[in-house]
Amino acid sequence: MQVKETNEFKPKIVAFCCNWCSYAGADLAGTNRLQYPADVKIIRVPCSCRVNPMFILRAFQRGADGVILCGCHPGDCHYTTGNYYTRRRMTLLFSMLDYLGIEKERTRVEWVSAAEGAKFAATMNDFVATVTKLGENKRLEDLRCKAK
Amino acid sequence: MQKIGVFVCHCGTNIAATVDVKAVAEALKGEPGVVFSTDYQYMCSEAGQNLIKNSIKEYGLTGVVVCSCSPRMHEQTFRKAAQSAGINPYMVEIANIREQCSWIHKDIWSATEKAIILGKAAVAKVQLNAPLTAGESPVVKRALVIGGGIAGIQTALDIAEAGFEVDIVEKQPTIGGKMTQIDKTFPTLDCAACILTPKMVDCAQNEKIKIYSYSEVADVKGFVGNFTVKIKKKARYVDEDKCTGCGICTEKCPVKNVPNEFNMGMDNRRAIYIPFAQAVPKVATIDANYCNMLKNGKCGVCSKFCTVGAIDYKQQDTIVEEKYGAIVVATGFNPIKLDDFDEFAYSQSKDVITSLEFERLTNAAGPTSGTLLRPSDGKHPHTIVFVQCVGSRDTSGCGKTYCSKICCMYTAKHAMLTREKYPDTDVYVFYIDVRTPGKNFDEFYRRAVEEYGVHYIKGMVGKVVPRSDGTLMVQASDLLSNEQLHINADLVVLAAAIEPDKSARSLATMLTASMDTNDFFTEAHPKLRPVESPTAGIFLSGVCQGPKDIPETVSQASAAAAKVIGLLAKDKLTCNPCVAQANELMCNGCSSCEKVCPYGAITYSDKEFRMPDRTTAIRRVASVNEAVCQGCGACTVACPSGAMDLKGFSNSQIMAEVDAICK
Amino acid sequence: MQSEMIKRAKELLASGEVARVVGWKAGEFDYDITPGVFTTAEELDSAFLYNDLCEANLSKYMIAQSRKEGKTLVFLKPCDTYSFSQLLKEHRILRENVYVIGVPCDGKVDVDTVKATGLTGICSMTSDGETVTVKTLYGDSTMSKADAMSERCINCKSKKHVVYDELLGEEGDVVADNHRFDMVEKIEAMTPDERFEFWRNELSRCIRCNACRNVCPACSCEKCVFDNEQSGAFNKGASDSFEENMFHIIRAFHVAGRCTDCGECSRVCPQNIPLHLLNRKFIKDINELYGEYQAGENADERAPLNTFTTEDVEPSIVYERGGKQ
Repeated sequence: MQVKETNEFKPKIVAFCCNWCSYAGADLAGTNRLQYPADVKIIRVPCSCRVNPMFILRAFQRGADGVILCGCHPGDCHYTTGNYYTRRRMTLLFSMLDYLGIEKERTRVEWVSAAEGAKFAATMNDFVATVTKLGENKRLEDLRCKAK
Repeated sequence: MQKIGVFVCHCGTNIAATVDVKAVAEALKGEPGVVFSTDYQYMCSEAGQNLIKNSIKEYGLTGVVVCSCSPRMHEQTFRKAAQSAGINPYMVEIANIREQCSWIHKDIWSATEKAIILGKAAVAKVQLNAPLTAGESPVVKRALVIGGGIAGIQTALDIAEAGFEVDIVEKQPTIGGKMTQIDKTFPTLDCAACILTPKMVDCAQNEKIKIYSYSEVADVKGFVGNFTVKIKKKARYVDEDKCTGCGICTEKCPVKNVPNEFNMGMDNRRAIYIPFAQAVPKVATIDANYCNMLKNGKCGVCSKFCTVGAIDYKQQDTIVEEKYGAIVVATGFNPIKLDDFDEFAYSQSKDVITSLEFERLTNAAGPTSGTLLRPSDGKHPHTIVFVQCVGSRDTSGCGKTYCSKICCMYTAKHAMLTREKYPDTDVYVFYIDVRTPGKNFDEFYRRAVEEYGVHYIKGMVGKVVPRSDGTLMVQASDLLSNEQLHINADLVVLAAAIEPDKSARSLATMLTASMDTNDFFTEAHPKLRPVESPTAGIFLSGVCQGPKDIPETVSQASAAAAKVIGLLAKDKLTCNPCVAQANELMCNGCSSCEKVCPYGAITYSDKEFRMPDRTTAIRRVASVNEAVCQGCGACTVACPSGAMDLKGFSNSQIMAEVDAICK
Repeated sequence: MQSEMIKRAKELLASGEVARVVGWKAGEFDYDITPGVFTTAEELDSAFLYNDLCEANLSKYMIAQSRKEGKTLVFLKPCDTYSFSQLLKEHRILRENVYVIGVPCDGKVDVDTVKATGLTGICSMTSDGETVTVKTLYGDSTMSKADAMSERCINCKSKKHVVYDELLGEEGDVVADNHRFDMVEKIEAMTPDERFEFWRNELSRCIRCNACRNVCPACSCEKCVFDNEQSGAFNKGASDSFEENMFHIIRAFHVAGRCTDCGECSRVCPQNIPLHLLNRKFIKDINELYGEYQAGENADERAPLNTFTTEDVEPSIVYERGGKQ
């Protein structure tokens, strides 16, 4: 396969999606053929509350330019309460990243239900645009992981 | 080191048209651990599955990666195939290159690149997969049906028929639900009571069925096969075991002005009442909001007249705790409130009524003994206007966006019956569309138009204005002739949209069952698992899942029963093996994980450990009840030391995926 | 106070009520006072110290000491009792094996604060409660005690003991109007670039000596994730900027809702990184977003990260508030 040469900045986006709502929402976006950039790669987790802040930092370390976390709408968690914990954890984590001067727009939490394929695609389009505007992640990078 | 086989699916052209599947298979060959990589047209076909099975044997694969559609679609299929070839089903990972790749990208280059990365992530995860064995949990062979309408009744009867015990919880004093209020049923026009009441009696007489009437579910704990449910039996101030249903109390009660909900408030009942003659259980209930004795301690008439001493003014709500293996939700519906539709003058005129009120006006047990009379003056109406889609298919925000499904047919029924009984009435039906998909439905509708001469007019009613002479001015547009119409009507009947019962939302929270934005329960799969909730052990029956008519409700009720019977027939259930696991050597015993566990699956015990310095120490450590844990992973993040991990979605597995994606 | 404490300790040792005493003793330098374990009256007489230089929070030592044969007597200052109480809540200390004597504290003198005034070659320091006398190679100098106290004591949050078996001296009260979040607010008011520069400047000095982790009462894991090869966060050194950030973010996150703001992390940091400003950011956010919460104060209250309300703010609040853009 030929590698296409391009100078355009293509961000690396990791999307953690809960199995019950957001991953299904992503599937629905697919079923409805709703386009969003291929820069987004989804990791399936049982619930948004499975996402450890360490995973998010790890993604940045390994070269991600943005990390988004999607879960069921508060109140609709398959496990009843998981996303409420997610909400607190991520609020505090994002606030801390902001406090350290790391661009807060690189991290996001969105609630996407299994029925919201359109919202999923729109969210990803918006997030990719936001991160593209920010450019490469420099403030949380690990140069050793950037060896080309 | 795992020996991994990679199988890239074309899904016909679904994947292959946008993803260079051969390039994906080729690229993944180079990944660590991959010993075999190929592509195939349909991996889910028998031939595709055989390809996996044969490769497992031929190459001695220990792990499998299938790059195909969503794992929500075929993960089970591929796991079973792997299992039949002798490897643990949890050694299979799916890279979703259809819904999350080929279907959303147009550019073959970027889609292929992404598919390769997703494949690499799956390979990296499988590298760290460990065989998982599902535990087992016992099944309590008893079912709970929440709601005692036709849906709940049918489900309960079918479950009982199969030999399992089943309890019905009904919040009203009697079972029967909305169908008891209906006069005749479309399209056969047989009387609702004649077909429903025998089933109600069957329920009461069936030894396997226990009815908790005037009761509500207060709390649900546990999981599939083993729910513990608290049922609140509301105080009805009448001893159910003593009451014979003779009804003398309801005749003697001096409080005569209580709106009778059975007749939609169009007549009155007493403060002590039996909802209707065929109620099951046929037991009186005191309405505490109206009873003088309960309100101010002055009366006691019913108690004086009761020959069996069944009246108990001191009765309290009681809580009963029962165990169930399965729960069926059959909470049904209500017509919407019409407060937001004042253009139809529902609140201003007694002669603007809902279809359910019309139903009571034509019923022999109704307020007019079945003679169609105007509620305002008791005169026979000569012009009747039916308005369809009141609050249904409404995008204005006042009503419901969905189609309530039953209104077209019952309106045709009402129109037809009116014309049959009172040929001198003019009957108009205003509709957006007439929807009649169902056996003998369209024939029924055509009879209303052709044989009975009902005037069907395509168009919405804009306004209903009560006039001083007691008639109603109906302003409407006829869309087909493009005319404005003014009809002087004696009676206007509104086909109000139906909505799920208000109790459904709080119940869904208790059951951890999901709902859509309209508060209808969500099914596990809209096509393939329509009577199951995504929450294991919770089943759906009737309108709580979506609008449906009686035949559909009954078929779904029986389908739900079949699913319940299938579950209760098992002695043991295999549990989800992707559950949390505490590493005792690292656990601090701090209780953070226990605090966030929604299932109470984590307990602590003091255990003796050999320390590095060869002494022994007793430490408090967590352990997870695998049958109770549902595998959400909340505990894994609450644990600061990382002692808590989730099997199948471990820290190292997820980070391996992160690494592969970000590389 | 010191003699009173020694007297009580001797009594309890003599009666057999306790088997050992955890207190303070002189370290390598005269001003460098360090925790000590005493098992005899003689040891107490010769080495036990309690003065304005006894900064160390002794609560964490009780994790190990409470698992030893017999009871351990520990002296705790008011702020130390919060850490002790938090450890009890997390089942880390066996309460029945500890005898807590609460001792009063009106702020401790900190050598780093004294050094920051420009004094070098310090040989010893003494405080009479009002004035601190510093002997240096270049002569003696004096300063008021307030000028020699560390920031955490100036902004003392409480002079009240939340847990004790017995109290010596006068009991104080919670200090409501302290200014401990002033510096956090100052950082929040910076632009993101300034904040980044500020923290890069601080965290880039980290040598990953683990002193902060070792002293922290909330960092008491059997095995730290950073020492666990399977955890995915394993690393032993802060070899680049990412690892410096990672270690301190995760450490602060792991103690969020559990940190009592005792300030030991910053005290022991050999590089003088103001680590407590990370913890205080979490405390401030928690207070503002989820209601006032002081870890260690109330044994029954759910830790803010182990509970929720359905009306909690969305993470997007971070985009909407905060400092200059």
